Amino acid sequence: MICIRNLTFSRGDRKIFDDISMDIQPHKITAIMGPSGTGKTTLLKLIAGQLQPDSGTILINQQNVHQLSQAKLYQLRKQMGMLFQSGALLTDMSVYDNIAFPIREHTQLPESMIRTLVLMKLNAVGLRGARELMPSELSGGMARRVAMARALALDPEMIMYDEPFTGQDPISLGVLVKLIQTLNQTLHLTSIVVSHDVQETATIADYIYLISEGKITGQGTPKELYNAYSEWVRQFMHGKADGPVPFHYPAPGLADDLLDSP
Amino acid sequence: MKFFQSLGHSSLQFIAKLGRSSLFLWAILSGLGYTLSRPSLLIKQLYNIGALTFWLIAIAGLFVGMVLGLQGVYTLSTFGAESALGVMVAASLVRELGPVVSALLFAGRAGSALTAEIGLMKATEQLSAMEMMAIDPLKYIIAPRFFAGFISLPLLAALFSAIGVMGGYLAGVELLNVDAGSYWSQMQSAIDFHEDIINGIIKSIIFAWLVSWVALFEGYDATPTSAGISRATTRTVVNSAFAILLFDFLLTALMYGAN
Repeated sequence: MICIRNLTFSRGDRKIFDDISMDIQPHKITAIMGPSGTGKTTLLKLIAGQLQPDSGTILINQQNVHQLSQAKLYQLRKQMGMLFQSGALLTDMSVYDNIAFPIREHTQLPESMIRTLVLMKLNAVGLRGARELMPSELSGGMARRVAMARALALDPEMIMYDEPFTGQDPISLGVLVKLIQTLNQTLHLTSIVVSHDVQETATIADYIYLISEGKITGQGTPKELYNAYSEWVRQFMHGKADGPVPFHYPAPGLADDLLDSP
Repeated sequence: MKFFQSLGHSSLQFIAKLGRSSLFLWAILSGLGYTLSRPSLLIKQLYNIGALTFWLIAIAGLFVGMVLGLQGVYTLSTFGAESALGVMVAASLVRELGPVVSALLFAGRAGSALTAEIGLMKATEQLSAMEMMAIDPLKYIIAPRFFAGFISLPLLAALFSAIGVMGGYLAGVELLNVDAGSYWSQMQSAIDFHEDIINGIIKSIIFAWLVSWVALFEGYDATPTSAGISRATTRTVVNSAFAILLFDFLLTALMYGAN
């Protein structure tokens, strides 16, 4: 489905991705994990064609994303849903209108049909009753579910989740985990989950890529990664405070630092 | 050495920004067809940008006109020329004060609001989300706001001048007993439709284009943080004011300099 080859991307002097390649299988949940600040969101923006890579290719259904014209790219994006970390709901519209928005913009369907579609999408995320609310009246978890319904509005083939679990209470977290899984199964979606929440992601992912400092440092099924040979992978998967990634930011020795008063 | 380095750096940044903003303007202008095909979007922005600025413009126009009336009588009476008050008030309003002051007020009221709105939409990823829904935010969000500003400001400037002339009448005629007949008749004979009114309208059209462009670009180009948006909003007001005053000078030189 998605095929990334020798992708390199840098911001200023810093290389965010250095020659990475990965494959994302259709109808599976692929997770991309790594410490904060490794550019996981950047990867999603590269896949969606919002950013241009320095070199390398990203093929979606054999189409090179970064060589498409704007019209073709927009055509492709109708088959992609994306869930932003903040939800990114349009704040001047109600929940109902937010979900109706892409349908109204891209189709000529009558309002009665749109209503049916919107209510079905909202029902799938369990928020049919919240359709009259404004985005400012929603909790963080609800906003994300509405955004999920909106991402599904045009019945995409694939959906990308940007940090869906960050900052959620345990109940919302459980709901989101279950939703991502059931939606993927019932709608035969291809899902990409970008996250650093190991526990939740590992329960639903079919395949995981670990990224750190611009490189792929590990890949495999969740089970393979938990028992990985690499110490770094084990530290990340088990959430240990110290290991190959040191607890301390690089600094001179503590004794030297304390005695070295100016 | 440091000085030259920073000079070069800021010149390069300025040129890059000029390039980005020109591309931005081009993208807006190519959204004209889309805006015309979606009149509801334009009407909503005409209300937000134009109608809601009306009271500010009306009150400012009234007071500027009244002050012109008072000052005019005070100065003209030393020459015994109070009858020319109407010409003085109307000429200064339609040629200069109407377009310039209403553009400055418009930049402060509507321009800053546009920058903050677009900047916040960027910070909350709403613009990015629209792109992901295959809806071009430049067409859906930016273009209607640009054309609404483009239509609103010339109308507001005309209202400012008209209300200002009434203000001058109130202060000069009602308060200081200048003859009403000479106020209106001298104005009517001395103000030229082409020379004064059309030139004033041309000015306000150019100011409308400048303010809307600056305000929307600063919002779109803002660093998506709270500090970044506040800086962008300040830049909108400051840069619009500079642009308005600079272009006012250039246009006045072009329009009246030859005589």
